[in-house]
Amino acid sequence: MQADGNKPSRDAKPECRNLTALKRGESATLDRIDLPEDDARRLMELGFLPGHSVTSSHAAPGGDPRVFRVDGSEVALRRETAKHLILR
Amino acid sequence: MDDCHGASTATLPPPAAAPARRHIVAIVGPPNSGKSTLFNRLTGLRQKVANFPGVTVEHRMGRVKLDHHREVFVVDLPGVYSLQPRTEDERVTHDVLAGTMESLPRPDAVMLILDSTNLSRHLALAAPILSLGLPTLVILNMADDLDRRGGDVNAAELSRQLSTPVALISASKNVGVEQVLEFLSGGTLTTVPKAPLIQLPVIQDVPKCRDWAANLSRSTEYRAPAPPMWTRRLDAIFLHPVIGPLVFLAVVIGVFQTIFTGARPLMDAVQAAIATSGGWIESALPEGALRSLIVDGIWSGVGSVIVFLPQILLLFLFIGILEDSGYLARAALIADRTMAKIGLQGKSFIPLLSAYACAVPAIMATRTIENKRDRIATILIAPFMTCSARLPVYTLVIAAFIPEKPLLGIFFGTRAAALLGLYALGFLAAIFTARILKSTVLKSTRSPFMLEMPPYRWPTLRSLALRLLDRSKVFLRRAGTVILAVAIILWFLSSFPLKDGKAPEIGDSFAGSIGHFVEPVLKPLGFNWKIGIGLITSFAAREVIVGTLGTIYAVDGTSESIGLQEALRHELSPGGAAALLIFFAFAMQCMSTIAVVRRETGGWGWPVVQFAYMTLFAYVFAFLAYRIVN
Repeated sequence: MQADGNKPSRDAKPECRNLTALKRGESATLDRIDLPEDDARRLMELGFLPGHSVTSSHAAPGGDPRVFRVDGSEVALRRETAKHLILR
Repeated sequence: MDDCHGASTATLPPPAAAPARRHIVAIVGPPNSGKSTLFNRLTGLRQKVANFPGVTVEHRMGRVKLDHHREVFVVDLPGVYSLQPRTEDERVTHDVLAGTMESLPRPDAVMLILDSTNLSRHLALAAPILSLGLPTLVILNMADDLDRRGGDVNAAELSRQLSTPVALISASKNVGVEQVLEFLSGGTLTTVPKAPLIQLPVIQDVPKCRDWAANLSRSTEYRAPAPPMWTRRLDAIFLHPVIGPLVFLAVVIGVFQTIFTGARPLMDAVQAAIATSGGWIESALPEGALRSLIVDGIWSGVGSVIVFLPQILLLFLFIGILEDSGYLARAALIADRTMAKIGLQGKSFIPLLSAYACAVPAIMATRTIENKRDRIATILIAPFMTCSARLPVYTLVIAAFIPEKPLLGIFFGTRAAALLGLYALGFLAAIFTARILKSTVLKSTRSPFMLEMPPYRWPTLRSLALRLLDRSKVFLRRAGTVILAVAIILWFLSSFPLKDGKAPEIGDSFAGSIGHFVEPVLKPLGFNWKIGIGLITSFAAREVIVGTLGTIYAVDGTSESIGLQEALRHELSPGGAAALLIFFAFAMQCMSTIAVVRRETGGWGWPVVQFAYMTLFAYVFAFLAYRIVN
């Protein structure tokens, strides 16, 4: 399921701010998840819900993958996944 | 049960008579909610691990004794976030609850266990579970943590809204578990549950479920606890850009060192015990084929595998501590980038590290990888890692053929360099294979890597002990079946046909005939029929070749034996020695590994492919080594 009714293109457009733009400690509100329904659903089950706040946290050496604080839990995502999570 | 409200389930009337059939109750919950802790708490030693037919997912079944004559079965199902399965594990949970899993009847009731410190998210799972229409106990676990961090919840109100009993417990501290036992012994298991007061959301819609859970937790006066300060503090160290990788390295080296050197005395003790007890049996039995079968065949054959038990248990103790404490997720995070380069992911790291001790526990440890393709790829490359059974072979051949010369002062000589080179070769073969696999047959369908970081927790002794017991049972059961059978076959091959009523010289035995038979195939590698026999017997365990060669040359069969080194120098050209080392580095000469791969992949397909691939790989490179060196 696309988290957004208005289907955006699969490769995130450069003007869309996504999770990778967050510096450590920064928070923002998630707008939508540009991934296939199956993956988007699991991300939402883990707490990446549109309209909810996401905080960037620690990262592995080299900055990838990075841990995000969402909805009471902490989940690590690779950069390749994080760039499909678009911020508001 | 109109008055059923609140955390107390004691108001339920006890049933008049024992039920005719034992009820089955499933434990369901998200990962890291404490399912296994509760399961261990309820069943203790009355549990066993089983595989569902056709799937590689394990499930644990246990009996809970309620009173003198009543028991219920409890089954611990794989963790799920919803009933929309994504992995094979989750499919099992779904199928069992739907009643479509063959070999297990639909459970009579469900215990839904949730982490009370993360209730507004975890409660979302209550919607699909309650809509199953099974009697359900909602367990809010980690009550001690919730309390300590200043959180609160009105369990009675939650129970009223959901029209189902709710128990606030701490499974690890054994607080409130009696409420679970009351649920299991009460009449609820046989009654049709009432529909919840609060309307359930559309369960396929994640945001709706989440909103429903948020409303529910708000109306039950849920106060979320403060962030876990200790976890934040520890992560500031363990995930620090500089200190983090250093801690990681220290953990890796510590584990490696312990399974290597720490297990040594224990392994020696087991070996001595096997040899001594073998001696007793030998003296107790009359001479003859039976004694030979028991002592030389079964005892030493099975013994050569059981020797690895201490190492395996130590390894699982470490994995248990790392996993239960929450560090394993951090280690996977740190290793992910490196593993991604060969097409794998962070969770493959620990199994591959374990494979340096022994491929068997390593392959069992791949269960923590949810992505099936990544898991199979990890299983397929694990036996390339230099396991400890290769060491005696390496030591023997290196000592026989490579003169010791210093390369870097006293610390690093030619022999150590050769050994290190062999370790590197195995590692390179693994990377090469992983790349091929992950760019062809096991190409992942771009499934994103998502790894939840659980809060740090103290591992409980109880869970660690039960885990080790469990692993020992699995390992020993295999030693008692497959390995026993192969040991008997190997003994038969090397003890028959009888000559003048006595066991033949090894060259005249069936094994000898097979050795002669395979000699033409091994000739291009510079091996004669004697090495051929050694290769065959080394299926029991790689280092068995040392003992076999000892028997053939009638010298003391240990890798330090000067006599055996002398004999080998006679038998093998330098090229043949190089070929033998390379062959052992790459070939899958280990029946235990084959057996465990079959078990873990749920069929003979993968182990056969893996065996063929590794043998071919080993043959080609051994041939090249022979040609280049000679």
